[in-house]
Amino acid sequence: MIDGANKLFAKPWIWSFIGSFLVWLAAILFTGGYGAGGMITAALSLAVFTVVVGVGQMFVITLGPGNVDLSLPANIGLASAVAMKVMNGDDSMVAVGLIAAVACGLAIGIVNYLLIWALRIPPIIATLSASFIIQSVDISYGRGLQIKPPPGYADFANMQVFGVPILAIVTVLFTIGASIVLQRTVYGRSVLAIGQNIRAARLAGIRVGWTRLLTYAFSGALGGLNGALLAGYFRGANVDIGNEYLLASIAVVVIGGTSVAGGKANVPGIWGAALFLVLLLTMLNTFGVSAGVRLLLTGLIIVVVITAAGGQQKAIR
Amino acid sequence: MTAASTTSAQSAAPAMGRLNLPRMLRALLPALSLALVLLAIAYLNPRAISYFGFTLMLNLAIPIALATIAQMFVIAGNDLDLSIGAFVGFVSCVTATWLRDTPLIGILALLGCIGVYAALGALIYLRNLPSIVVTLGMSFVWQGLAILLLPKPGGKAPDWLLAIMSVKPPFVPFPILAALILAAVAYFGLMRTSYGAILRGSGGNAVAIGRAGWSLLRAKAALFALTGLFGVLSGLALIGITTSADANIGNGYTLLSIAGVILGGGEFVGGRVSPVGAVIGALTLALAASPLLTFMHIPPDWQVAANGAILIIVLAARVLISQKGAER
Repeated sequence: MIDGANKLFAKPWIWSFIGSFLVWLAAILFTGGYGAGGMITAALSLAVFTVVVGVGQMFVITLGPGNVDLSLPANIGLASAVAMKVMNGDDSMVAVGLIAAVACGLAIGIVNYLLIWALRIPPIIATLSASFIIQSVDISYGRGLQIKPPPGYADFANMQVFGVPILAIVTVLFTIGASIVLQRTVYGRSVLAIGQNIRAARLAGIRVGWTRLLTYAFSGALGGLNGALLAGYFRGANVDIGNEYLLASIAVVVIGGTSVAGGKANVPGIWGAALFLVLLLTMLNTFGVSAGVRLLLTGLIIVVVITAAGGQQKAIR
Repeated sequence: MTAASTTSAQSAAPAMGRLNLPRMLRALLPALSLALVLLAIAYLNPRAISYFGFTLMLNLAIPIALATIAQMFVIAGNDLDLSIGAFVGFVSCVTATWLRDTPLIGILALLGCIGVYAALGALIYLRNLPSIVVTLGMSFVWQGLAILLLPKPGGKAPDWLLAIMSVKPPFVPFPILAALILAAVAYFGLMRTSYGAILRGSGGNAVAIGRAGWSLLRAKAALFALTGLFGVLSGLALIGITTSADANIGNGYTLLSIAGVILGGGEFVGGRVSPVGAVIGALTLALAASPLLTFMHIPPDWQVAANGAILIIVLAARVLISQKGAER
């Protein structure tokens, strides 16, 4: 029993769940227990979007130091516009719209890697330059876009079963799948190996280029999917719809216990960290603080959590 | 990494003449891209190439160049500051309120900001933290503080600041003079002083610098403090031009400053940065983003894309040059 508990506490992801629980507790203590369940429902539906991009970002970050996808916000913005334009408010076009959004994200991911490969530049700069261009395409393509999502699609994005959003259930299944891919497939093991030592991985015969291409494409596709989901949930596309997901996607990866040095990933931690961030905002909102204080506290708490979670090599255990 | 070390090894070889050409081309690339943008502007609108034309076109380039130099210091230490835009915004809010109404508090607050930056550098070194995440978190902190200080756009720049930023020196337009001074100061500070070499070394080979007896903690804190200092100067310059502040005024600066450093020949790893190149890179981005597009009748929607395209073109040119160098 105690042994089991010890094992549980040794898991790096457990802390993000404990953190979320404490934040939730603080919020319902403040409201006197009012809205405790609703808070979890809301947190689950919002956390989904962070988890989807967080998983993509985690695969990219696991590739090793310097690997990060900064084009996600622009990617999400463009994909949300593409999804809404293709669906054009018509329920029968939902699947086509989703495919279009994912394809758009996939293309962005592939372009990202081509830039990294062809120009031999660090991924940060490659994804950054790509995001400049995507952002402009989005501004020009999505200007004055006022298309509402198809009613059936918007309802699906907001649907719940016994207070649990459908999207959250699907996303949990998806993260389990991602976990299996990461730990049990050749591709997933290759990602981890490249992150641990890219030269050793190459000498061991791993197809480094292909694996990296697949990873950036995967992250891009998830960004596209997220754009479509966000547009459904918030009932409309928007150039700025993805802005908060730059910080959020990187933060959930790091808070969730994935090593920024690469080679060590953690899928459950992404859920814990995403719930933590969303519940943190919910708590600050229930306390009724102003926008300035909310930003200030969010930033401070992220810095404190990162500091507490500690350095990469000097991990506590 | 390997490419970088081979080029430097080549330059160290005595038979320099031939081998040095790619390296020289590479060093001249930022200046060439700026010249190209200027030529395009001159072709499209000859009247812009004048004292007043440059003053107008390059005015906003001063704060961008200062923010780029700020970013350059953290990049020299293998870190990245994703909060510089929000920080410039916060500084501009302090400048337009406290620094004007109660100068003493304003000065203390700005000095405190530099102290916070130094502390961040120390924290990142001591706990071995990823600077991207810490500075992303800090960007929320600065923005929150800016909104608390100035919930609505407003405030007013101190008169002395307005006077400085509207100086009209003879013959040379003020922005160009300011850029020259900035490039010279940053160049001599980082490239020509012995402690500057230590600072760059802490990014190039931290273990070697540590074994040589220098404090890496102090180097990291110094690099971050310098970023804070130039971030403050950037905010001051920005408010001297725009005359009033807004919490979101600096948001675009984070990406512009990183792009400027890379455009100017900097690298993310190994302490390889170029102060003169960074200033030129910032000027190129500032010119290409709006005046050039305006003269080409391209809608402002594509301003950001122009920055991305320039970045990609210059980096592609750099690859071509290095490849030629490797083939010989």
